[in-house]
Amino acid sequence: MTIPNPAPPGADGGLQGDESVAVQAGAVAATAHAPWYLRLPIVSHLRRSVGLQRGMLIAGLVLVAGLLLTALLAPLIAPYPFAATSADGTAFGTQQPPSAAHPLGTTVAGYDVLSRVVFGTRTAVAVMACAVVASLFLGVLLGLISGYVGGWLDRILVMLADAIYAFPSLLLAIVMSIVISGGQSSAWGGILAAALSITVVFVPQYFRVIRAEVVRLKAEPFVEAAKVIGTPHRRVMGTHLLRNATRTLPLIFTLNSSEAILTLAALGFLGFGIEPTSAAEWGYDLNRAMADATSGIWWTGLFPGLAIVAAVLGVTLVGESVNDLDDPRLRSRRRRKGARR
Amino acid sequence: MTAAAETQPGPAASAPSRSSRRSGGGLGRYVLTRFLLIIPTVLILMTVVFFLMRITGDPITAALGGRLTPDELAARRAEAGYDRPLIIQYLDYLGGVLRGDFGTSYTDGRPVSAILLQYGGATAELVLYAIVVALVVGVPLGMIAARNRDRWGDLALRVLAILGYATPVFFVGLLLKLVFSVGLGWFPVAGRLSTGGERTMGSILNPSPFYLLDAIRLGDPALIGDVLRHAALPAVALGLLTGGIFLRLVRTNMIGTLEMPYVDSARSRGVAESRLTTRHALRPALIPIITVMGMQVAMMLGGAVLTETTFEWRGLGYQLAEYMAARDYVAVQGIVMMLAVIVAVSNFLVDVIAALIDPRVRY
Repeated sequence: MTIPNPAPPGADGGLQGDESVAVQAGAVAATAHAPWYLRLPIVSHLRRSVGLQRGMLIAGLVLVAGLLLTALLAPLIAPYPFAATSADGTAFGTQQPPSAAHPLGTTVAGYDVLSRVVFGTRTAVAVMACAVVASLFLGVLLGLISGYVGGWLDRILVMLADAIYAFPSLLLAIVMSIVISGGQSSAWGGILAAALSITVVFVPQYFRVIRAEVVRLKAEPFVEAAKVIGTPHRRVMGTHLLRNATRTLPLIFTLNSSEAILTLAALGFLGFGIEPTSAAEWGYDLNRAMADATSGIWWTGLFPGLAIVAAVLGVTLVGESVNDLDDPRLRSRRRRKGARR
Repeated sequence: MTAAAETQPGPAASAPSRSSRRSGGGLGRYVLTRFLLIIPTVLILMTVVFFLMRITGDPITAALGGRLTPDELAARRAEAGYDRPLIIQYLDYLGGVLRGDFGTSYTDGRPVSAILLQYGGATAELVLYAIVVALVVGVPLGMIAARNRDRWGDLALRVLAILGYATPVFFVGLLLKLVFSVGLGWFPVAGRLSTGGERTMGSILNPSPFYLLDAIRLGDPALIGDVLRHAALPAVALGLLTGGIFLRLVRTNMIGTLEMPYVDSARSRGVAESRLTTRHALRPALIPIITVMGMQVAMMLGGAVLTETTFEWRGLGYQLAEYMAARDYVAVQGIVMMLAVIVAVSNFLVDVIAALIDPRVRY
């Protein structure tokens, strides 16, 4: 994860004139005159992007929109419920190759692959939303307090965050899922367990970013001025610091969303996910499909895997483009015809 | 610790010339500080994991609960000392870890340290192969992407890198298996050796943890081939994950260094464009790779758990998944702790290497 850097001084002046200055002056000032809806993170990035970079951003947005729509409309899209092994009294049969009745075939347990892939979006979106929102709140809150208060509290929290950050996140998620659910659980129990396991992994990232910003901002004259005129601490933290420290959040937000999907799938793959009858989960389905692969049955594993890739790809493309657009060194320029580096 | 690092170098560092004193003393102090920082990191992790694992209950209840009567269970718990206050158990555990005792697994009654010694080598071997794959794939492709910035080649490579990141290791493994094992039959489906290879390997007197090393020592080309054929798919699956990250890193940094005044000045002196890329701009762009490699070790170990499960590569990760399935939480805790120590130590080594290469890296 690259935290956006200010442009190196004199970076050959090729940046688009007023815009590069505006970016250096901070994202808030960049589009201060545009109406509010054009200043939203993703929208403003879309407006700033050009060429291939815009293509990547749009591709990502399309994939994310597809993911959300599928999750929303899952019962309409999927031919069967995710845990059904029969319809109209006839069993689906196990490991059936793709056919008209089952466009993506059936699994070793007799589930319809397409239905499970479609319903899997719901689990993925639910876990993603819970994990990212929870870690956002916790991480931002802790970072604000730690950076503002300072002293021994700050030191302990930083050390704790660094220790957790250095730990392999999957192992941490495994430990957490053992703690929370004892391994296996119901639909919402499993979703929350996975989300909380992932939250613990992410909190240090938000914490570090917000804390660093707060420590920097605390020394700014406007914060001192606010303190001098007797603004309460809560207001300084909430208004003066928080508003200015959240610039890098959209990037971590998207990176974490994609990581949440991957961690959920990994937990499911290791058998620490959600039971197949309580919710459809791609990682679990892939786990069951590993044995199929050896005997040449490709459809049970291929489609849940592709679903994971599409979901993560969409979110990552958005995050990646946002990162590049915030970093003046990486932003594509509108090149003059024939100009060559 | 950090406070000690900020004090001036003592009389020990009174070398004749000013510059050598600064670099020598600074480096030694940095290494020492960085080394001492491992201790709180590992201690915090151990504490967190220990208490987390105990929130839900003791390992005996987790492993055997429901299968024994409450009385038997209580007797077993008392025998293992799980009825003592948690803080005493914690201190006991820490003391054990200091002596190299990570507990004893329930399912097979073996000390965790023995499990770690037996399977750690396999994991290390896999991770080493994967790092080689990652470097071979990531660095040259990152250079090409940076040279062709914002053109089609760059776009294709970046999408490839993102795809590498977006694809879970086990799905890559599944695809590789489907294509190269089941479809084309070039590589074995799973395991570290064929049955014949295992027999040959079993005849070696004092085996090292690395199969490849042993095979080379035996000088048996068929065996070397067998080891490599088994390692190919897992190494590629795990290596592509990190390779994509290296690609992006090299690209980003080289775009930065290619714009540096010194590169411009070299270009104006008539240095060939290819030499600019491979020499002038590459070297400084590689330093962040070394730093990131430290973080990658953590990620690779996580990935190794999944890769080993996918390919039945009998290493720590495979074993971890087995113990998890058997609810043997003492073994799980031991393996997790051990991996945490490995991560902390490798981060330390990487930081030291980075400091040796780049004199600006100091506390």
